[in-house]
Amino acid sequence: MRNQMRKLQKPTRTAIFTYALVIAAFVIVQILVAGGNVNSTLAGQFVPICAYVVMAISLNLTVGILGELSLGHAGFMSVGAFSGVVAGMSLGGAIPSEPLRLTVSMIIGAACAGVAGFLIGIPVLRLNGDYLAIVTLAFGEIIKNVINCLTVGVDSGGLHFGFLSTADALNLEPSGTVIINGPMGISGIPKLASFTAGFILILVTLFIVMNLVNSRSGRAILALRENRIAAVSVGIFATKYKLMAFVVSAALAGAAGTLYAMNFSTIVATKFGFNTSILILVFVVLGGLGNIAGSIIAATLLTVLPEMLRGFSDFRMLIYAIVLILVMLATNSARFRALPGQLASKLRPARTSAKEGATGE
Amino acid sequence: MNSDHPETQLVPLPPLNFVPERDAGQQPILEVRNLGIDFGGLTAVDSLNLAISPTEISGLIGPNGAGKTTVFNLLTKVYQPTRGTILFNGQDIIGMNTVRVNRAGIARTFQNIRLFNNLTVEDNIKIGLHNQIKYGMFSGILRLPDYWKQEKIAREQVGELLSIFNMGHLTQHIAGSLPYGAQRRLEIIRALATRPKLLLLDEPAAGMNPSETAELMENIAKIRSTFQIAVLLIEHDMSLVMGICEGICVLNFGKVIAKGTPSAIQNNPEVVEAYLGRRKEGGHHVEG
Ligand SMILES: Nc1ncnc2c1ncn2[C@@H]1O[C@H](COP(=O)(O)OP(=O)(O)OP(=O)(O)O)[C@@H](O)[C@H]1O
Ligand SMILES: [Mg+2]
Repeated sequence: MRNQMRKLQKPTRTAIFTYALVIAAFVIVQILVAGGNVNSTLAGQFVPICAYVVMAISLNLTVGILGELSLGHAGFMSVGAFSGVVAGMSLGGAIPSEPLRLTVSMIIGAACAGVAGFLIGIPVLRLNGDYLAIVTLAFGEIIKNVINCLTVGVDSGGLHFGFLSTADALNLEPSGTVIINGPMGISGIPKLASFTAGFILILVTLFIVMNLVNSRSGRAILALRENRIAAVSVGIFATKYKLMAFVVSAALAGAAGTLYAMNFSTIVATKFGFNTSILILVFVVLGGLGNIAGSIIAATLLTVLPEMLRGFSDFRMLIYAIVLILVMLATNSARFRALPGQLASKLRPARTSAKEGATGE
Repeated sequence: MNSDHPETQLVPLPPLNFVPERDAGQQPILEVRNLGIDFGGLTAVDSLNLAISPTEISGLIGPNGAGKTTVFNLLTKVYQPTRGTILFNGQDIIGMNTVRVNRAGIARTFQNIRLFNNLTVEDNIKIGLHNQIKYGMFSGILRLPDYWKQEKIAREQVGELLSIFNMGHLTQHIAGSLPYGAQRRLEIIRALATRPKLLLLDEPAAGMNPSETAELMENIAKIRSTFQIAVLLIEHDMSLVMGICEGICVLNFGKVIAKGTPSAIQNNPEVVEAYLGRRKEGGHHVEG
């Protein structure tokens, strides 16, 4: 057992640290909630925080790990939110169990966002250069406007779709309900999302992203970031692996979108605009490119902070800015990045680390 | 495959024939006919004819800007030739892209080292093993049995490949932080990891000191005999080229000006002139 610990390599140690960080945070919050130490405004932020954490981790896959700039990550969140909620609301009768319905909705949301990512990636990722940034920027804006023009309703005959028309034009049966109502978005969303569901989604996201990175496919993705010409010279199909990273990233954003939407009774497309995309990019950059734990911390702090700072009124944004700078300094310093490894070695019995010193490579 | 060469032991270099005796009667692994490329008005390589036998070590030399690296870029299809044919292992590779050429069996190193700098030595080599280990994305994410089995094989192969250059102690080092010589060696290992039949080395000894160069020479010979592959190398260090290459091709201004054994090349007046001419303009240093 100890021997196995000693043999753990850096990626494994980083992964253990990241899982531990998320689980510890969840447990601590649950204890605080049980003790009545959390006010309702903060409690209301739990699900959005989870959604933003997943958004940040998934965007890090594209920006930090693949090394391609994406400026429309909220667009995939939007696709996931609307398709997931449509699924959740129309499956109300078919799947009575709420957790199962949420799961199915998230999978549908992820699939739709993944397909959107695939369709965008196919033409763009063939090219080398910053084309992805431009195209994802456009995608984010276009999808927002498309959903603003979309009407979707459901009745016993199934789903009805309309574009640039009123909800009446859907010709629903009297018993049917309108789900997406153009610019008014979706209202009356069942609150299926919970903090626990968000926590599980974060764990699933971590599992997918970290296992992917430490596998044959993930190494191919990293190779493309590090040196595309060298990667191609050892027989790696560039487009295939760029597309793989981008589609996984989009799909996870879609699941986050479903989770996010299922936390509110109403959702509109304008919520997922350029500002949201940039906000998530800020989480990723501040947390450190390629640094998953950094993304989690940055997303959490920067979502909670504006709420916590309400008491400071006028100084709120000043303090926010200072914290931004501090987070950036901390997560981009080599010492902070080495922290997971150091913590892991401290957690081990002293005798083992002494032995490691003698026999280690 | 020749069995008269012991697998890992250093074999004495065979006589310097253009087609080494051990390859006599065998089809060449690489056959280039009338290859050429123009960049706008500049003809970087012109009417190149070349044949390399299956286990030959050959050299491509010439003054700076002669078109040597361009030949490598043509063979690996980084550039699409303007004219000519490339037959590799009896197969026309003119229509292939760089990835397919590598899969067909040509691997290379780069004049200005191209490693995956932020990754470990182990990961650099595992990326070279990309097409040798077989499991898909889902096996990787879900850690299916395939993953464990193939990763174990990959780790073993990394160890074996590193041992060629006695670099086993560097497995977990970050590639970009290695000393220059070690980076060059790692690039060769990464290329070998793709299991090529032809290894292209672009100035492998550049930046190495004389003792490192001597060691490199031994290692290239060892690679040739262990893996039974052909090696084509570009090099300015004449002690290395003359000491190890069985056949040499000299380029000047994109054209072949001489071909033959090292001794024939050394005494070829045209070659001497090409190099001396260089020396006058640019102070290019010729050793050996
Ligand atoms: N992509 C390109 N576009 C235009 N010209 C090019 C290109 N690649 C190479 N050349 C030109 O082709 C000629 C040969 O270059 P190449 O790099 O093959 O020389 P080399 O023999 O490898 O020289 P060195 O010994 O300095 O490495 C040079 O004049 C160079 O400027
Ligand atoms: Mg060159």
